[in-house]
Amino acid sequence: MEQQEYIDKLKPILAPYAKDQEALQRLTRDTSFIRDLKINSANLVDVVLDVEEAFDVEIDNESMEKMLTVGAAIDIVQAKQDAR
Amino acid sequence: MTTDSIIASLPYAPPFLFVDRIHSVNQEGIEGSFYLDPELDFFKGHFPHQAVTPGVILTEIMAQIGLVCLGIYLNGDDAAVAADFPFALTATEIAFYIPVYPGERVRVSSTKIYFRFGKLKCKVQLYNQNDVLACEGTLSGMCVNKPIWKEES
Repeated sequence: MEQQEYIDKLKPILAPYAKDQEALQRLTRDTSFIRDLKINSANLVDVVLDVEEAFDVEIDNESMEKMLTVGAAIDIVQAKQDAR
Repeated sequence: MTTDSIIASLPYAPPFLFVDRIHSVNQEGIEGSFYLDPELDFFKGHFPHQAVTPGVILTEIMAQIGLVCLGIYLNGDDAAVAADFPFALTATEIAFYIPVYPGERVRVSSTKIYFRFGKLKCKVQLYNQNDVLACEGTLSGMCVNKPIWKEES
């Protein structure tokens, strides 16, 4: 999958939780879930659970701690998919 | 962890302690109850001529039993979490069906939807004295003593 495909697939997952919808429209690898999209940590758990389902991967605590940006999330999902 | 030690671990005190019995608890859910003493302060004002339990209080009873007590049990003996304040309420979505009056013992039944990354989400029901469903919905809370992310500045 290309980077843009990941971003396109992440956008609707993030939409219900992103407080800043403009930042959501401009989504890039550098977008921070908390700082830019203003998603709180409780909702970020739901984002990660939705990501698990959408990409059919399991995110562990260690990966979760690193999932602060779109790019980090894509890298983690890609690594999990490649390891299959 | 016993049901007595769960109640002893709760951070609340009267007049804001809304659990007095835990009937059963396991990894998947919890059931407990609370007696709504007619002398509780909020009944004086809600309402002066006809006391009815406020929806926020029913929500709090559901949250203390269904979320906080279950969360304490699921965390087991994790001392970092047991200290002070175990859970912060993060979301509620409750529908209310019938009024609950002073002097009733209400029963709360909670089923875990998930407990991951420190967040507990449950489906919770509250039954009145006659075992009729009075309100139900989903509640979420988050362990505040071991945050997964350090918030970025």
